[in-house]
Amino acid sequence: MPEKTNIYDYLRHKKKFPTVWCAGCGNGTVMNALIRAIDSVGFKKDEVVLVSGIGCSSRMPVYLDFNTLHTTHGRAIAFATGIKLFKPHLKVIVITGDGDALAIGGNHIIHACRRNIGITTIIINNFIYGMTGGQVSPTTACGDYTYTSPYGNLEPQFDVFRLCDGAGATFFARTTTYHVIQLINFIKKALLHTGFSVVEVISQCPTLYGRLNNMPNPVDMIRLFKNNAIPVSKARELPTESLNNKIITGILKEENKPEYSELYSSRVKRVSEEVKSER
Amino acid sequence: MKEKSNVFLMQGNEACVHGALYAGCNFFAGYPITPSTEIAELLSRELPKRGGVFIQMEDEIGSLAAVLGASVAGAKAMTATSGPGFSLMQEHISYAYMAEIPAVIVDVMRGGPSTGLPTLPSQADIMQSRWGIHGDYYPVVLAPASVPESFLFTVRAFNLAETLFTPVILLLDEIIGHMREKIIIPPEQQVEVVSRPHPKVPDEWFYPYEITPSGISPRPSFGEGYRYNITGLTHDISGYPTSVPKEIKEKLDKLKRKILNKRDDISTYDAEFVDDAREIIVAIGSVSRVCRSVIRELRKKYRMKIGLFRPQVVFPFPEKAARELFKRVKKIFVAELNQGQLIYEVERLAPSSAKIYGINKYDGELITQEEIIDAIREAD
Repeated sequence: MPEKTNIYDYLRHKKKFPTVWCAGCGNGTVMNALIRAIDSVGFKKDEVVLVSGIGCSSRMPVYLDFNTLHTTHGRAIAFATGIKLFKPHLKVIVITGDGDALAIGGNHIIHACRRNIGITTIIINNFIYGMTGGQVSPTTACGDYTYTSPYGNLEPQFDVFRLCDGAGATFFARTTTYHVIQLINFIKKALLHTGFSVVEVISQCPTLYGRLNNMPNPVDMIRLFKNNAIPVSKARELPTESLNNKIITGILKEENKPEYSELYSSRVKRVSEEVKSER
Repeated sequence: MKEKSNVFLMQGNEACVHGALYAGCNFFAGYPITPSTEIAELLSRELPKRGGVFIQMEDEIGSLAAVLGASVAGAKAMTATSGPGFSLMQEHISYAYMAEIPAVIVDVMRGGPSTGLPTLPSQADIMQSRWGIHGDYYPVVLAPASVPESFLFTVRAFNLAETLFTPVILLLDEIIGHMREKIIIPPEQQVEVVSRPHPKVPDEWFYPYEITPSGISPRPSFGEGYRYNITGLTHDISGYPTSVPKEIKEKLDKLKRKILNKRDDISTYDAEFVDDAREIIVAIGSVSRVCRSVIRELRKKYRMKIGLFRPQVVFPFPEKAARELFKRVKKIFVAELNQGQLIYEVERLAPSSAKIYGINKYDGELITQEEIIDAIREAD
């Protein structure tokens, strides 16, 4: 069991609750886990910056008592890059969804991975555009139904891990809204990682994705996550064919490489010393 | 030892960089694009020497996003681009206006539409700088006409951005950007440099978007305490999204008021030979330089009573001075490197007694003195 956290201390009481999220949505679970993770690693509220884009998941920061920046669709990571580079001591966390991070924001996430800039990005992947009412996303499975794939989705889905790994991310973890304790632990690890860290949380959208794909009950969706999840250590021993429709969970990648804002700071130090010695 | 000279021969783009550094710019994010690239190249050399940040982002959208992120964290931040990149930045100009984030955006105008004429001059982004974003908008747009002005207006752009908490656009044209001219860089503190005001109240009384008479609500940087929310959604005084009609109207009125209340201070202009003028040319940037010789020539050779009105700040347009002047003249010539953009502002402000003529060139070359003189003499 995680240590006791006073969740209430982290919420903005002036902001009118309840949240904009539908009943049964997974975003609240992720928000809960995020608060517990931040509390557990001991970051001070003043040094935490939450940045988000547009979509259901991106509404999260407004409820939380940190420095919060709700930006434009897909661009949260680019805003976060500016913050981290200018004030490297700040703990910069991006909250994003599958459409926000991987469709309109695809360019920014690959370059943040490549730079290995010290930002933690939490991608809440619910396979659909929720805020706009249920359209196909880059992670919608082939054949699934949405309001813009009424005959079944023709396109293959992104494997978020392979995308980030290929682009150079140094930390990647995946879990689901069923595995809450694991989620808290992965977010903690990501927050403490030096470099660009990604946590992909498979989450349920019962209202749109569920209803359109014969799972209108959130519990059914969460049960599916439970049954389909395979820890990465186990998955590596199994033949690839048997992993179809499975959710591979765990820390899929963790490596140490120089972090960009640190590299930049040391470059600035070197250059300004050279300038001084020239005078 | 001989003192280091502060007299230089430099490009408008270089002068813009010196102006930015003079104003305390400590963050630049950009993406290469002709004819603005010198600004990025020079800052990539200079900023690290001074402890500032330079980053080349993956596109212009990300560039302005990084600039706004840095500004929220307290940076004096700038980006520079040209036509197509300026188009890509419009969404974030809109965001910065709504969220009230200071930033300087330099657009070195080249020929358009689309990829157009990357290396050739134009003034065809005037109306993009005015109406490029979605939603109601009161921009601040400065248009230098010389290398020294490129320096001074960049300093001023930062001052305006910081005090008004708004994005400020510096509209150079390719000729001003690439032309070399003499400039005397002023010593430190000779030109005023201001930084954004901080809230005077403690955290518990603080509202990041308080409705004030001036429309300005000082906000601290992220990381300084005062935790608050910033959003591009229409928001209440706490920065939380709202759909309450009264709060929506108050917010949009505040944004408008903070620019228009200060219009008389912001909207500077230059007027030459206007006291006895019966005819007037209106022009900005490189074209206004040609017009300076045109009015002298026409006065000398043809005894014409003609003057020049040059907005240094294009938006908000120097409305009071323009109305006053346009009332007194019979003919107004608007000379510009496009099919007619600045002329809309003139038509809006001129009385029906004045006849308005557009003198337009948009073939990738600068308009000549002869062309303007011919157009003026042929006008009935």
